[in-house]
Formats: sequence, structure tokens, C-alpha cells
Amino acid sequence: MAPALQIHLNPVSVMDDLLREFLTETGESLDVADGELLKLETDPNNRDILNSIFRLVHTIKGTCGFIGLARLARLAHAAETLMDEFRNGRPVKSGAVDLILRTIDRIKLILAEIERSDGVEPPGADEDLISALEAEAAHEAPAPLPAPAPLAKAEPAIVVALERELLPGEVPLDELERMFRETAVEARPKVPTLAAAPTLVPHMLAATPEAEHAPATALDPAAAAAQTIRVSVSVLEHLMTMVSELVLTRNQLMEISRRNEDSDYKSPLQRLSTVTGELQEAVMRTRMQPIGNAWQKLPRIVRDLAHELGKHIELEQHGAETELDRQLLDQIKDPLTHMVRNSADHGLETPGMRRLAGKPEKGTIRLSAYHEGGHVIIEISDDGRGLDVARIRAKTIENGLCSEADAARMTDAQLYRFIFHAGFSTAQQVTSVSGRGVGMDVVRCNIESIGGTVDVRSKRGEGTTFTIKIPLTLAIVPALIVEITGERFALPQTSVVELVRVRGDSEHSLSFIKHAHVLRLRDRLLPIIDLGSVMGLSCHWGEHPDGELIVVMQVGNQRFGVVVDSVLHTEEIVVKPLASVLRGISLISGSTILGDGRVIMIIDPNGLSQYAAARSDKTDEASKGEALAGTAADSNKMSLLLCRAGAQGIKAVPLALVTRLEELDAGEVELLSDRSVAQYRGTLIPILYANDEVERKTSGKQPLLIFSEGERTMGLFVDQIVDIVETEFELKLSSGAPDIMGGAIINGTATEVLDVAHFMQRAFGDSFDIPVGHPRERNGRLLLVDDNAFHRAMLEPVLKGNGYSVTTCTSATEALVKLSGEARFDAVVSEVDMRGIDGIGFAERVRSELHMHDLPIIAMASGRNPDSIERGHLAGFTDYVAKFDRNGLLAALREFAAHEDKEKAA
Amino acid sequence: MSAAVVNLEGPSDAHQYVTVRIGGQLFGLPISAVNEVFVPDRITPVPLASREIDGVLNLRGRIVTMIDMRRLLGLKDGTLARMAVGIERTGEAFALLIDGIGDVLLLDPSTYDSNPPNLDEEWTQFSEGVHRLEGELLVVLDVERVLAAIGGARSAA
Repeated sequence: MAPALQIHLNPVSVMDDLLREFLTETGESLDVADGELLKLETDPNNRDILNSIFRLVHTIKGTCGFIGLARLARLAHAAETLMDEFRNGRPVKSGAVDLILRTIDRIKLILAEIERSDGVEPPGADEDLISALEAEAAHEAPAPLPAPAPLAKAEPAIVVALERELLPGEVPLDELERMFRETAVEARPKVPTLAAAPTLVPHMLAATPEAEHAPATALDPAAAAAQTIRVSVSVLEHLMTMVSELVLTRNQLMEISRRNEDSDYKSPLQRLSTVTGELQEAVMRTRMQPIGNAWQKLPRIVRDLAHELGKHIELEQHGAETELDRQLLDQIKDPLTHMVRNSADHGLETPGMRRLAGKPEKGTIRLSAYHEGGHVIIEISDDGRGLDVARIRAKTIENGLCSEADAARMTDAQLYRFIFHAGFSTAQQVTSVSGRGVGMDVVRCNIESIGGTVDVRSKRGEGTTFTIKIPLTLAIVPALIVEITGERFALPQTSVVELVRVRGDSEHSLSFIKHAHVLRLRDRLLPIIDLGSVMGLSCHWGEHPDGELIVVMQVGNQRFGVVVDSVLHTEEIVVKPLASVLRGISLISGSTILGDGRVIMIIDPNGLSQYAAARSDKTDEASKGEALAGTAADSNKMSLLLCRAGAQGIKAVPLALVTRLEELDAGEVELLSDRSVAQYRGTLIPILYANDEVERKTSGKQPLLIFSEGERTMGLFVDQIVDIVETEFELKLSSGAPDIMGGAIINGTATEVLDVAHFMQRAFGDSFDIPVGHPRERNGRLLLVDDNAFHRAMLEPVLKGNGYSVTTCTSATEALVKLSGEARFDAVVSEVDMRGIDGIGFAERVRSELHMHDLPIIAMASGRNPDSIERGHLAGFTDYVAKFDRNGLLAALREFAAHEDKEKAA
Repeated sequence: MSAAVVNLEGPSDAHQYVTVRIGGQLFGLPISAVNEVFVPDRITPVPLASREIDGVLNLRGRIVTMIDMRRLLGLKDGTLARMAVGIERTGEAFALLIDGIGDVLLLDPSTYDSNPPNLDEEWTQFSEGVHRLEGELLVVLDVERVLAAIGGARSAA
């Protein structure tokens, strides 16, 4: 029978609609069956569950037989026979459930094969399973139980008693089997018709399956309940697009009617608006699906895992009916599965360990979902061992994600976040389940790509909770329309926390910490992003008479402020994807058409938060992990002078900034209007102590560092000169103290790097106003390009101090963007060795792509390799100076300035 | 140039060109590549986009990406009133910003020449050849290459 059918089916190379529908439907039924079976295992006497599984298997069998899939039909039949045993009162045992699950797996396998091979059932036998199923059914086979009433009592003792009592009743079972066989036979006559039809009358192909399909649905026991129809996704998508257009048009009309007061259109327009709103909602609902659909496979996965790992795991589900956009549902399926597997594998302990810890042997994984303010929150929590902070810390340092010193300073919550970094796994053993170090970063990427966030909480010994927050839908979002330098932008409202107006006299105030703008809002410090300058528009700082208007936004744990010119209104915007050529812009997530027909850009809060994290340094603790990860690659070899200043240990100063090392007799230090000064080479120089803890000697010699900048020279007392090292070091701009530029690990020790610029400023701040050229005068606008945060921080004050207005860029790419923007620069100072596009590539682009042939570009290089200098000149560098040769740099800039003046004069 | 106009109702559009002016030079776009010609209104700049992208605008509900041809061809920004030629590729709408639109010409293959070897490299990458018209030359713009250059410029910048 089976081979004959296959021969008939083979010529049909293209799957027909009926078969395709069968595959989809059966796939869904099987998923349901999976879940039901697991429920049955825990609640063996629940008749409802039994019946529903029986129906499912029966339907599969019936449809398979009908459609000519003999192999499947036989398998389903065997499973059904066993299921019927249960239905008739035989106690459900774990082993039997296992068998049926295995059968279902096999059915899935065959189905997948059929799908792949365009409708041909794969050859092969399932005798192993079938005989096992039959054996199970026959083994200690009880009779069908006529009276279900005692079962409902669910008393095991009675069940056992009944089982025994009914042993002789095997005849009805046989009859039952025969009945099923007859059912199969009954379906069979139709099969050849179907199979033969395509061969005989190919042009009838489309019609025949439909005709055959009608009775099939009629036979389907579940069909009566079906109040649903299948609609293809593309139809829904199209509907959605059309509604989006309608919403836009409605908005435009409303805008017009707002301008015309006495319009007759007002009331019909109002109705149109209401109907459109309802329509939009209804169409949105067609895209919504319960999140339970994404969970369907999880119980099975957890069960299998529990068997594999020898753990007892219970999976609780709450809020499975919570709805969200189908598109999002697809996207979170995999991350969810991964996280549940993780909880089962890493999170929960073995029964033995749990007993030792005084917990019940059975571990619980709790899945819950609920709506909260336009978002769906999904939580995956376990009552397992919790995250191992020590191990995460060790791993973080080992992987170079942050330094030991930083790791020691971080809170547990900050360290937990590292598990979302690539290549991070604390599982000591790689199991088949997890521990390969891929996963959580992928989870985070997947979730962030749909505008969501993921966070983790954990308590040692008590468990771990992952919280996923995702928007309900991606298609229509409420947004705040803001204006910056005359351009409007949309900020997704889901990320907006509040609006703050900062005036001089208001309780919230703006502060500067080393060029970083921060907002003091109640008890928090928030990094501030000037959207105008980030976007390459002009910077509007401090020009608002009423004070700055700041939109406080939150992404994940990170809060930051965004400076805008004005806030216009809020609007439900329809997100339109950007053209593919514009998709690389990280700060823009899409565009939309406003009521007046104008296109505006939608700002991506995730992009902004990354920007804030890279800039905020210490201002927001939660962002620190990110910031550190960002600067980790910022490394370069340089010579450092190590000295001791106070009890707190070693301090470092870049050797290039130190003019001389001296030892000064304490007696030579004099006080001049409360300030220490000393005679040095014929002039009086100000003297400072590196910090309060440096010993103030009254006699004897004390080491002094001499710093010079132009004609200004100062001395800095330290306790001891320790060493000069050449080292590759990474600066972490994470210091709160003004005299410390940041921390770095030097030779394995955490070392603070002194900020020379700060001491210069203190020394010459007010009373020592030695005229140096005309520092206040604007010498010109410079663009400083350096991917090394330390170098930028070092050079910027120097250049500013010499009267240049400085714009800094962290990469050549950013610099190219700045140069092609509105702002004009008189010269560029660029590092040569940079990640991404290097200085030479940058110069070439400036010359060839931006056609700025006259713009002076001054290169800073660590070595004076003649070859590279030659190459640099060819690429378009105007001049070369050694890194840290500040006088050289200033001279080069002066030369260029003079050159400019000459040109202007000419 | 009238001598070059063979017949506007020619049976084939293989050599039918929409002529446009960019920085004084006459260019021809294959008529099959052109969807429409419109006067751009209210272009929204896209911050941080590459220089050649002037912005986006709403054309009857569609968002169109505007490509500044002067910038792409390395010409100075013009002050002339601008026109736009709408084109479409893989479902996305683009428009080329040009100085002005001219006639539709049906050109005979006999007037076609490949690019002169000394033509600026910036231009040869967007053009396959030129048509000799009476009094001037018409540079044939390759729309595919223009769009590819926009994508390429972005990934490089």
C-alpha cells in the first residue's frame, strides 16, 4: 500500500496546497500535543487532557491516512492505540509518555523531510517505535474502563484496584483496534483519487485538492470550533501599510482643520478620525498573538533538559495570553528558548545540591509576561544558585573587558551585566546545553534589535531573574516631536522619562566635569547629550534665555539628558524604514511623515545611549560597564613617570609632559600672597603639591616635577620619584577628582594619572596671570582627531589654552562627517595611528573626497619614521609633529595661522 | 541638437534619453530608468548621512532619498532652482537632484562613443559613454552605478 502511494505521489514535484496546509496544521497540532503530554505526566488522571491528546493524535492519523502518508499514519495509529489505553483508564506512566513523545518527535522528523522533498514521504521504517508502542499497549494491558467516575476521584489506590479488576477485558481493546484500522481503510479510497488526479489531469491540480479538502475539514473534530480563517501574512502586512497611510492622511487633514477654524469638515472629520483610530487598532490586533505561542515549545525543552541533566524542574507559566506583535514574537522566540535553557542548565542546581542548600529538590523556572506602559515585560526567573559574582569578575578581567581595579570597584549589578558580552560564559563545563560562551550576547543583540532591553537581577543562592522589556509593536509608536536648530526630530516616547527646563535659578543645574556636561537632577547626575552637535548640526549651548530644555531619556538602566531647542507636541507616528543606504546611521532608526507632509527622522534611543555611555564616564554608574568596554581597545605605548604622592600610592605623569625633574630645598620655597613660589632659573615659578598628603618638608630636598607650557613654568612637589616605564596602557577616564585624569593599570598596579593641565590651571588660574601671546584671542577653529581618549584629553586644554576653539573627534569617520558638515575649520590636528581609517587614509579622503585641498592637516605621530613622513606628505599632511611635542604643534599651528593671515592680507 | 533627434515616437526606447543639466553639462538618463520628474519641495536633511545624500522628502506618501548629483560628480554646489528625477531600485525610491530638465531625445547609435580616455575618473565611474550631439556632448549616466556609488560611499565613510 505504501509503496504504491509513493509512486503515485512522486510525479507531483510541487507540493500541492492541501499537503502544505496539512504540514502547517499538523505542525501546530504536534506542538500542542507536546505541551499537553507534559501536563498529563504531572496530572495523569486528568480526563480532559487525555481526551484532547487523543483527539490530536487521532486527527493526525486521520489526515495522514487521507492524504496518503502511510508511514505517518501507521506511526500515529500505534500512538493512538496506546493513548486510547490511557483514555480508558490505564494509569499514565512516565515511560509511556516518553514513548509517545519520541513518536511525536519521529513524526515531526518525517514531516520536515516531506516538506523538504516537496511532498514525498521519506522511505524508512518505524518498526522500532511501533513495536515499542504496541508492546506498551499490550503490556499489562488493562481493559477499557467503562466507568470514568472513580477516576475523577483521582485516588491512586482505586486506580490500581480498578486496573487489576479489569484485566480480563482485552476483547474490547481488539475491537477498538479494528475500529481504528477501519477508520484508516475508510479514508483510503479517497487517497488514490487524490494521488492520481495530478497525474491524470494536471490542470485540475488546483481544483482537486480543494474539493477533497472540504470533506476533510468536515471530518476534523476540531473544525466545528474554528471561528478563524487563515490569512497570509503578506495580506496583513499590506493591510497594515494601507492603514498607516490612512492614519497619515487623517493626521494631515486634522492639521489643516486645526488651521481653519470655521470648517464644515470639522464634524465628519472627527468621525473619520475616530473610525481611522479604531480601524488602526483592529488591524493592529490582527498582528497580535499571545506570547504563549512563543512559549509552546519550552515545556518540552525543559522536560528533556531535566532528564538529560538529572534535575527536577518545574516550568511555571504566567500571562501566556499577553499579546504582542507577531513580528516581535518571532524575534524573541530564540532568545527566550536560550534563556530558559540557560536557567535550567546554569541556574538550577542538581537535586543533591538543592537538598544541601535546604531547598526543595524540584527547581522552578518561572516564565511570566505582562503589559506595562506600552511595553511587554517578560521575566524568566529561577530559584537556583544565582550568578557567581566572583567568577564573573574573574572572567571579566581574564577576557580583558575591564581592569582588575575597575572590577573591584564595580557593584554586583554592574558585573552581572557583563554576562551579556560576547564570548562570555561562566559555565566551567561545556555541556551540550550551554557553556560555549555564545548566547547571552546574541540574546541581547536580538532583543535590542527590536528596541527592547534585557536586564538581570540575581541573589546568591536564591536565584536569577532576567527581565526583557520590549515594545508592543514596532509599526506605530508614540513619539515626542522636538526641534533642534530648526529641524524636527521624533523621540520615541517609550524612552522619554521627563522634560526638565534648567535655568540659572532652578533646583536642577547643569555642571561641567572636564568638558562633560552633566545634569544634576534631584539626587542623580545624568550625562547630557547636545543633540544638535551630535547630529552634526550646530551647537546651541547656553544660548537660550529661558535656560536649557532637556529631555530625560532612559534606555535599559541608563539615564541621560538630551538638549533640545523646543518640544512641539506628541504624535503617534508610523515608522517608515530608512532607505538601505541610510541604515548605517546609528543615531537614526527610521523616518516618518508628519501631519504637514514633512518627513522627519526618528532618533534611536539605543544609539543615543551608546553615545552617552561612551561620553559619560563616571556620571552614570550603570553605563560604566559599557564605557569601559568601549575604551578597552584604546591603547598605546607611552613613557610614564611614576612617582609617589601621599599614602594612596603611585601616581603617573606622561613623561612627555614633564620638562625637568628637580630636587628643591624646602628652604627655597617662599610664600607670596598665600601661594608657594620658588626661584627657578632666574624666574619665580608657582609651586604646588600633588595632593594634600604630600609631605610638606620644612628642611631638606624634595623631588619637584617641572611643567612648562609656553612661557609658563610651574613646579609640582611629590614624595618620591619611583621609576620611568614605557608601557602599553589604557586610560580609564573614570575619576571624580579634578587633579586626576583617570586610572590605568601600569605593571599590574592600579595607578592614577595626574592631570597636568589641571595643575597648570591652578597655578596660573588668576593671580599668576602671565601673558602668553593672547590666549583669549581666537586663533582659529581646530578639529582634533584622535581615537585615544587620553591624548584628546591632553591636547584639548593645551590648544584651547592657546586660543584655539577645538572640536574633538574620536575617529576619522567622525571627523570626515564633521568636515563635510556646516562647521568650518581652519586646521585639523590628526593622530596618525588610529583604528579604522588611520591618519593617512583620513588625509587622503579629506583631499580627494571632500576636496579640501587647502585645509592644513597636521599629523601627530609617535615615531619620526622618514618613510611614513613621506607617505603622510603624499597623502596630504601639511606638517608632521611628534606626539606630545606641544611646542612643535603650536609652532606648526602658528605657522599655518601666519600663512592664513598672509592669504587674507593678499 | 535637433539633427540628432531622429524620431520621438521611435519603436524602441533603447536609445531614448531624458536629458538633464548638471553644472552646465548635458547628461542623458535612459528613459526606462526614469519614473518621473518633479520639483523637490521641503527636503529633510538626514544628519550624519554621506554628503551626496541631500536628504529625504515625502512624495505622495513615499519617502524618497534625494541624491545630490552635483556633489556626487564633484561639482560645486549650485544656486540654480533644482529639479529632481525619480528613479526606483529594489522597491526603494530615489531621486537625482539636477539643475534642469531638457528634452527627451531619441539618439542614433551611430553618434555613440565610449568615454574619452581623459575624462575625469570621477565621471567615468558613472558613465559608459557619450553621444555626439550637434554643438555639444551628452554624457550617458548609468543609474545603477550612481546608486551603487551612494551605497558604497556610505560604507566607506
